[in-house]
Amino acid sequence: MPDVSQLIRYRKRQDLVFNLIGLACTLFGILALVVLLADLMIDGLPRLSWQFFTSWPSRFASRAGILPAWVGSLCVMSVTLVAAVPLGIAAAVYLEEYAPKNWLTALIEINIANLAGVPSIIYGLMALGIFYGAAELGLGLKRGILLAGVTLGLLVLPIVIVTTREALRSIPSTIREAAYAAGATKWQVVRYHLVPYSLGGIATGTIIAMSRAVGETAPLITIGALTFISYLPPSPIQSKSPFVSFEWLQSGFTVLPIQMFNWTSRPIADFQQNAAATGLVLIAFTLTMNAVAIVVRYRVRKKLKW
Amino acid sequence: MVSSPAKGSLAATSRAGMVAAARTDYASESKLKAEVRGLNFYYGQRQALKNVSLPIPERTVTAMIGPSGCGKSTLLRCFNRMHDLYPGNRYEGEILLEPSGVNILSPSVDPMEMRLRTGMVFQKPNPFPKSIFENVAYGLRLRFVNDRAVLAEKVEAALRSAALWDEVKDRLHQSAFKLSGGQQQRLCVARALATDPELLLLDEPTSALDPIATSRIEDMIFTLKEQVTILIVTHNMEQAARVADYTAFMYLGELVERGTTSHIFQSPTNPLTERYLTGSFG
Repeated sequence: MPDVSQLIRYRKRQDLVFNLIGLACTLFGILALVVLLADLMIDGLPRLSWQFFTSWPSRFASRAGILPAWVGSLCVMSVTLVAAVPLGIAAAVYLEEYAPKNWLTALIEINIANLAGVPSIIYGLMALGIFYGAAELGLGLKRGILLAGVTLGLLVLPIVIVTTREALRSIPSTIREAAYAAGATKWQVVRYHLVPYSLGGIATGTIIAMSRAVGETAPLITIGALTFISYLPPSPIQSKSPFVSFEWLQSGFTVLPIQMFNWTSRPIADFQQNAAATGLVLIAFTLTMNAVAIVVRYRVRKKLKW
Repeated sequence: MVSSPAKGSLAATSRAGMVAAARTDYASESKLKAEVRGLNFYYGQRQALKNVSLPIPERTVTAMIGPSGCGKSTLLRCFNRMHDLYPGNRYEGEILLEPSGVNILSPSVDPMEMRLRTGMVFQKPNPFPKSIFENVAYGLRLRFVNDRAVLAEKVEAALRSAALWDEVKDRLHQSAFKLSGGQQQRLCVARALATDPELLLLDEPTSALDPIATSRIEDMIFTLKEQVTILIVTHNMEQAARVADYTAFMYLGELVERGTTSHIFQSPTNPLTERYLTGSFG
């Protein structure tokens, strides 16, 4: 048997080796991201200007811009938000608080977890199915913003459900019991305790879901998002009565990642710069959203330390 | 090994007769507020309470003592049907609530009704992340009391009963989380009292508190029993001796012995009780 000091030295060396391997693995991912970002910046940063945000696509790279793309992304995102969040919260609350624990709910839970892993192109096919189904029923559903938003909404629904459930589960049972012991109904517990206390988690989940949705391309191409577009959706606010219009929901659209994809597929180097600049906008958007999510989570955790 | 005091009177007579018989058993005691009769309770397959019978005299403090896992908290949580919150739990037997004589464990009684008629305080202070005022007003709001004057009056009365008013009257709208542990627990008592419960259920209310906070809660219990019937579960035998009029000793889901606190502590009938009180086990 080796003496103790030798043994300790040997084991410490073992520890150090794994420490270094672990550090290298951790840095690898970060390094890849940094290189990617730097590359995008070198290409794209000079191209970012006011003109870039306010111009239409053009066959001249220097005159082209992302106006319809970011407006389209914003419109689709707002539909996605409205579609996914109420549905996701309600489903999560049901599964956590109301659903009896039996094989059926277990099956539903497994399915929701699996839903998050379904390739996004499949959602695109489903959206096409909805489109043709609606046409057969005689509903004038166009391949527009509404269809795109709802499709992305379904795509990110599992994210909202899972994060909301986690938030609900992190509320200590003593709080629930205190409310029930005072005579609250299930609905009162949900409405006045569980949902308000999990808003931080719900907001975080929603933001993560949105930053996932904003980068999705495949399902939108499937339903025929335009790659070249020279108009904006009609304004939701009209000068004439009834002053609001939902026509924009049926409008054709493009989104940032599709615009980017379009430009990367062109042979001219100047368009590659445009694509890089669009990529920067997209990354800035998702990073900002993630930062907001972190701030929200931090704030809520500070207020609600159980 | 175990014989519950009320067992002898459980002959199949009329309800009125049974109550009368129970009363004669405890002739020296005041009117009963509730009476547990032949209560069995099951967590799924596991039986946690075995044929428990226990009278609860009105406007007194009854303490339930016993080693961990003896079923004292389980018994307490039968009174407001908290077990109904979780699937697979099952009651057998009765808890009669006087003066109506209704069996509150019967399926025809809505668990919500019992929770509206009782107040409960838990082991760890569990205020809601709301203001002090809103914590106390919570039960009233659940009953759709929204009149500001009524709310203010009830909240003040409850906070006074819980001996907290003087410490918080100038900061009613601050978060309850800003209070100390002991203050939070008294806030929870105030929350339970604001709706004038018939029964106050205290589940080891001082187990997370320091001795000073504990003694304030005990003082408060002493005053409170003039208004409300109190059931307290405690790990601390000295606490039972200090605050309770009656003490019930439980062991392995059974009620070993129940009597006036002085009787239980000075001359317990059952050798098991004596051994527990002298610290031979538990």
